[in-house]
Amino acid sequence: MLRTWRFFLPLAIFFGLLWFLYTGLSLNPREIPSALLNKPTPGFELAQLHTPDKKLSNADMKGQVWLLNVWGSWCVSCRYEHPFLNELAKAEVLPIIGLNWKDKPEDAKAWLAKFGNPYKVSVSDLEGRTAIDFGVYGAPETFIIDAAGMIRYKHTGPIDAAVLRDKLLPVIRELKKS
Amino acid sequence: MMATTKTKEANPSIGGAFRTFLPVNARQCWGLSILCWCFAFAVHAQTPTPEMPPMAPELELRLKKLETELRCLVCQNQTLAESPAGLAGDLRREIRLLADQNKSNEEIKEHLRVRYGDFVLYRPPVDNKTYLLWFGPFSLLIAGGVLLWVMNRRRAKNLQPATPISQADLARATAMLKDD
Repeated sequence: MLRTWRFFLPLAIFFGLLWFLYTGLSLNPREIPSALLNKPTPGFELAQLHTPDKKLSNADMKGQVWLLNVWGSWCVSCRYEHPFLNELAKAEVLPIIGLNWKDKPEDAKAWLAKFGNPYKVSVSDLEGRTAIDFGVYGAPETFIIDAAGMIRYKHTGPIDAAVLRDKLLPVIRELKKS
Repeated sequence: MMATTKTKEANPSIGGAFRTFLPVNARQCWGLSILCWCFAFAVHAQTPTPEMPPMAPELELRLKKLETELRCLVCQNQTLAESPAGLAGDLRREIRLLADQNKSNEEIKEHLRVRYGDFVLYRPPVDNKTYLLWFGPFSLLIAGGVLLWVMNRRRAKNLQPATPISQADLARATAMLKDD
């Protein structure tokens, strides 16, 4: 009895270690859990990209489920996800607000003119302070915010068809029901 | 000439115009140059962090120290103090702005923690989720020490002779050895 125990214990420890190391390999260190999940949207009031004399604040979006997409004309992955945002906008599922992060407004406008504009409004975060308030550490990032102004979902990295279908749309549907 | 043929084998899809310029290890270089180009594009086009007025030496020293305790979220194994990433510059500026509002080091850390989570702190707080992280190694050390002690004691016990030799047997054995 003691003998078998002695024999199998190191083996069990070995496999335990193997399991830890294996899961360690499959984790994505870039996916940092958002500290803002299920917390109120950080307050912001920023100039609109196309009409800089007008502002948009988080209070303006209260009462509806909306999507905030952090983008920049300098961001390569944003270009990849852009067709999917265009599609989402065309389906008129929910208003998409763009946070134009540390971009030159003329570059941003030219970029949207070239690739299509899915945003109801884009706001210019020239110094990147609103992005910091949202805990943004790379573009693109996408937040889904409910009618009460709570952040309910965050996706880091580009959106593609699978992300849209399997992650974003179910959350949006659920939030719109309640 | 060798380079040209090897390139052709490695990646036939590369256009003729590039072929003669490419070194032997064409495929890697091609990938690398695309990668470099992407990063260059991303870094240069992002608007730089606005300049801040110079600060008092003691404040600079204090913030520098604080920045070494905070993680850059882009270059994840670098501190905010040493990272060249654009976001790190923005966060250093944010820290400066908070310090100018007379916020303490703890308040500044908390400000970043509510936005970026425990991940920004190089020294994670002690709570339910991090007990294993903080105390795991020490408990393993103690458990190992206890195990070693128990095993040593057991071995010491086993080393004692089962029955001591009798005086008669000892005398006989000595006599036999003497005979030789």
